[in-house]
Amino acid sequence: MSAEDDRNKVLARIEEWRLRPPKMTDEVITMAHGAGGKASQALTDAVFRSTYGGGELDRLDDGAVLDIPDDSSVVFTTDAFVVTPRVFPGGSIGDLAVNGTVNDLAVMGATPTWLSVAVVLEEGLPLAELRTFVADIATAATAANVTVVAGDTKVVERGAADGCYFTTSGIGLRKNDLSLGAEQVRPGDAVIISGTFGDHGMAIMLARGDLNLDATLNSDTASVHQATAALMAAVPETRWMRDPTRGGVASACNELAVAANVGVSLFEETFPVLPAVSGACELLGLDPLYVANEGKFIAVVPAAKANTAVEALRSVDVSSRATVIGEINDEHAGMVVAHTPFGGSRIVDMLVGAPLPRIC
Amino acid sequence: MKFVSEFRDPEAAKILIAEIAELAADQPARKFMEACGGHTHAIYRHGIESLLPDSIEMVHGPGCPVCVIPMGRIDDAISIASQDGVTMCCFGDLMRVPGGSSTLLEAKAKGADIRVVYSPLDALAIAENEPDRNVVFFAVGFETTAPSTAITAMQAREQGVSNFSIFCNHVTIVPPMKAILDSPGMELDGFLGPGHVSTVIGTAPYQFVSREYGLPLVTTGFEPVDILQGVAMLLRQLDEGRAEVENQYKRVVRDGGNPSALKMLGEVFELRPHFEWRGLGFIAQSALTLKDEFADWDAEKHFELPGVRVADPKACQCGEVLKGAIRPWECKVFGTACTPETPIGTCMVSSEGACAAYFNYGRFRAKKRIPVTTE
Repeated sequence: MSAEDDRNKVLARIEEWRLRPPKMTDEVITMAHGAGGKASQALTDAVFRSTYGGGELDRLDDGAVLDIPDDSSVVFTTDAFVVTPRVFPGGSIGDLAVNGTVNDLAVMGATPTWLSVAVVLEEGLPLAELRTFVADIATAATAANVTVVAGDTKVVERGAADGCYFTTSGIGLRKNDLSLGAEQVRPGDAVIISGTFGDHGMAIMLARGDLNLDATLNSDTASVHQATAALMAAVPETRWMRDPTRGGVASACNELAVAANVGVSLFEETFPVLPAVSGACELLGLDPLYVANEGKFIAVVPAAKANTAVEALRSVDVSSRATVIGEINDEHAGMVVAHTPFGGSRIVDMLVGAPLPRIC
Repeated sequence: MKFVSEFRDPEAAKILIAEIAELAADQPARKFMEACGGHTHAIYRHGIESLLPDSIEMVHGPGCPVCVIPMGRIDDAISIASQDGVTMCCFGDLMRVPGGSSTLLEAKAKGADIRVVYSPLDALAIAENEPDRNVVFFAVGFETTAPSTAITAMQAREQGVSNFSIFCNHVTIVPPMKAILDSPGMELDGFLGPGHVSTVIGTAPYQFVSREYGLPLVTTGFEPVDILQGVAMLLRQLDEGRAEVENQYKRVVRDGGNPSALKMLGEVFELRPHFEWRGLGFIAQSALTLKDEFADWDAEKHFELPGVRVADPKACQCGEVLKGAIRPWECKVFGTACTPETPIGTCMVSSEGACAAYFNYGRFRAKKRIPVTTE
């Protein structure tokens, strides 16, 4: 064998090696993974694309080209996720990252279709942990019937971020003739919630471990699209919907009262609240009305359609405990008032600051 | 027994409301003071004032231990918290209470290590887990919370925890009640007596209200049915010409109080000669401080405190609200310069302050509600 042949063999071996997809053998995220080079590519391939890739994402272009049907409008939203702890009873930051954005689209009357996932990783984050979040994103995306078509990864030095932060943007499609909005709301309309409220916020509080409370409380993180679609199909005259995340049902209702310049009355005896949630809230001096939800929505429908709406919602798993909790009036425009079971009433104001429990 | 739902039972409430209306109809207008901040909060939270006849006025007293802390003491706490190596632990209510120019929340945002805890024992645990931190617990509250501070001090001593101390601002309930009853122009017809303070001190300490001032007092719980029953019992006493101390909150309060808690208080605390109460001025023998045996765990003996007496802002009428002399909306700055977002005084900051309670819950008097279509 000539020296020439040997050299050619070595060169061929090098060529072969260069064309092989990079392998992911690291146990933790390092600065190299954010540099845009081989390590970044390895991370993208081995963790992201291998879990929720396919289609547009695999083209690895700088942007996804999406086809919009003529009869539809684009609804676009974005959300960042910084929850701690990152894993909690009922889900993880990965679940929230998908469901949070999907639900914003769903309550706009859109069908959630495409998602982008950008993540900022802290140097030192165990890869195994990242893999579980990415797997959760894949599962949640499948359940919500959305595709991830764009993504980005950045790495910052140890201490510059807390583990990982996700930002997801979402595109949904809705029919051009849909009329949904605060301006549709009228006095006499019924206010419906799709299920029990206060679950997510309390699950997170307890999962933080600051309080020695023993309770089985799961976050309600879930896509609500099946429910919103069922509602819109059964009651096309639905006026307005919103997902009550931070600030809870109280904040969402206050936003409505101000945007539509109507009064919102809520009836405490109708409130669906899990015993564990109301118990934990009582102990801590919190009001479930102000506690965050991640798998619920509020809808306003004409009074005559309230029963139809509730029936349609209850036929879907994620809204099986849907119930009417209030009504719209013109007596106290811009204000939300809660009525107690024995005829008393109180104002439900916008949340001020972070909830502070009572001491005595 | 499901404590929460049974004492919020609408049927029981309706019966009591009817009884109150009947008794009130045969009596002149009545003014009852509820001393306890928890009562103020509950009354507004459940819309109870809207259920009482117009002739009955609930006057909100100084029973909110956070509300009565003078601004100078908040400044002292901020000064301690801002020092290197200090971790200050306090209840959530204290974070936004205004000091002379700042709050604990602002100090935290500027880098002070201030952590919200739910019990002083949590603060002690932090001290044990973080031996390089100098942990200070900002203790507030009436006799209700003083026993847990006492236990914590005793545990700290037993376990020899040297990086832990207590900034003690505990106050007692009887002196301010006396101060209010002695205020010229006070025209009260009865008291809804403190609920949880009474679990510790019992009902005997309130005898002076009926014996010296001839007024009825009913120690009352915090659920809507409790409060309605308390009001009904006061009206019944007045109807029958009695002035006695009665106990509505029997499921929690024993007339003899909690002897072991009282013993613990006696071992750890002694009364200060006097203490400043926001809005009420200096009241003798009204506050607690740690005994000499616990000097090692007394923050006031470890830290240099500015100790400056800060006068209330001129516009602030918290003092008169705390005495029940004016209603929240009668304060010149209520709802304008002083709101929950921009509180001038403590009555607006703490959720048990009369002004905050009224602003958040009571501003609106609902008309009779129209039933909605339900399944």
